[in-house]
Amino acid sequence: MQIYLPIAEVSVNAFLLLGLGGLVGVLSGMFGVGGGFLMTPLLFMIGIPPAVAVATEANQIVASSVSGALAHLRRRTVDVRMGLVLLAGGLVGAALGVQVFNLLKSMGQVDLLVRLCYVLFLGVVGGLMFAESLRAIRRARREGPAPRLVRRERGWVHALPLKVKFRTSGLYISAIPPFLVGLAVGVLAAIMGVGGGFIMVPAMIYLLGMPTKVVVGTSLFQIVFVTAFATMLHATTNQTVDMMLAVLLLVGGVVGAQVGARIGTRMPAEQLRVLLAALVLAVCGKLALDLLLEPAELFSVGTADA
Amino acid sequence: MIRLALALLLLAGPARAEEVVAALSQDRVSISTSFDGSEILVFGAVKRVAPAPEGEGPLGVIVTVAGPDETVTVRRKERRLGIWVNAEAVEVSRAPSFYAVATSAPMEGLLTRTEDQRWRITTPRALRAVGAATMSERAPEFLQALIRVRRAEGRYVTAPSAVILRDETLFSTTIALPSDLTEGSYDTRIFLLRGGRVVDVHETSIFVRKVGLERWIYRLAHDRPFLYGLLSLAIAIAAGWGASAAFRLVVR
Repeated sequence: MQIYLPIAEVSVNAFLLLGLGGLVGVLSGMFGVGGGFLMTPLLFMIGIPPAVAVATEANQIVASSVSGALAHLRRRTVDVRMGLVLLAGGLVGAALGVQVFNLLKSMGQVDLLVRLCYVLFLGVVGGLMFAESLRAIRRARREGPAPRLVRRERGWVHALPLKVKFRTSGLYISAIPPFLVGLAVGVLAAIMGVGGGFIMVPAMIYLLGMPTKVVVGTSLFQIVFVTAFATMLHATTNQTVDMMLAVLLLVGGVVGAQVGARIGTRMPAEQLRVLLAALVLAVCGKLALDLLLEPAELFSVGTADA
Repeated sequence: MIRLALALLLLAGPARAEEVVAALSQDRVSISTSFDGSEILVFGAVKRVAPAPEGEGPLGVIVTVAGPDETVTVRRKERRLGIWVNAEAVEVSRAPSFYAVATSAPMEGLLTRTEDQRWRITTPRALRAVGAATMSERAPEFLQALIRVRRAEGRYVTAPSAVILRDETLFSTTIALPSDLTEGSYDTRIFLLRGGRVVDVHETSIFVRKVGLERWIYRLAHDRPFLYGLLSLAIAIAAGWGASAAFRLVVR
């Protein structure tokens, strides 16, 4: 069943979109990630204009993160104060990101920017995750006592001014590092069409030293608002949010996520993480190859408005 | 009065011994939610006041359909620091978003170069004519690339011998409009040719517009973007919630 997308101005098979949403949903449910980093490149591949893909994906992430964020709020696993500081950074970052996006779009380099961001971040995160989980598996095999994660104490993070008490996280640190983390994630949300959880969660654990149990809820809390803001910015400055595309992806995605969550609980955590790392590295490799190999068609055609 | 008109017609006659009468199967294309491209049948006949002239070569028909003009930028990738990035760019100030040419015989025998230049019939002519002012000396390469890319996308179509011509009188052809159409007026020209020269031309337009839900969404997004943004957030959240609730019900 072909369906014409009013904003993207292309006709796509509705079942393909539902299927893509479902597939990415399964993966995101299994691994507990947003899936934006997989969906956006997939949308490029099926011929959705990059600007529309990024803006619509932001819209979709809002919807798929809301229910998660609410669940965490109910369980009180959200550090609201920390979330607000991250959010303040995120809003500034998203505004900056959309400006950069529009500037590069007018220069014809937005494709390159998006791809470079993907290769860089997926490569670094995937590589770190892969190494870390391999180490964890080896450790589990040796059956030795797992060395406790040594939290960085009194690093440069603690020497900065503007200290704030984050009671839920049990932290008394400067507001500047979380603000900067939020800012970076906001920029990524606007440029890459991702929630940024895959960057924010490690940053919160290793950089800010937050306890693991509040990390996911707090990052979801921030993601909902930042991606909602990014959606509004894209909708008002570029008119690139495609309502119909977002709804189709969502319906598939939500159902897929429920299925994925069930699969995820039946698999050991370390193996799950190796799989996720391999997946991230595969997407990264595909995008890197596109940049490194000589393309079959050297020329591309762009219209003024798309 | 009628006699006078007839006399005038006869006087004007020798220049237009053959005229083209043509029609389209539809002059409106509506883009609805299920829109998946459209086929337009172009048909017609040659009207003559005298028998077909002899010794002036065979009769030919060419049909062209041109979508609304747009400004496009053609970019070429180059290797910089090991990766392929967009480097040089040429702006074509007016290029049709869609261009189809169908002919009744191979183009070479049908149309002389000067007539092509005058009427801008073949794809390179249709492009070159409109954007020549902004062209640099390397432009031809970029124009060729534009045509090549858009041919691959199915936006520029050349169909030699796709017009069926019967007894030098009746003709018909179908023009396929792709699914990713731009809204606007699609200028359609039907040329009648003899011995490489254009004898008569019939011009008409096909109007393409979004209808129903498609039109509503598109207009809302462009006229009231803030409201549209809020609405798409609300709809997305509701849809996400609804789907997960429905799934939970089904599983239980």
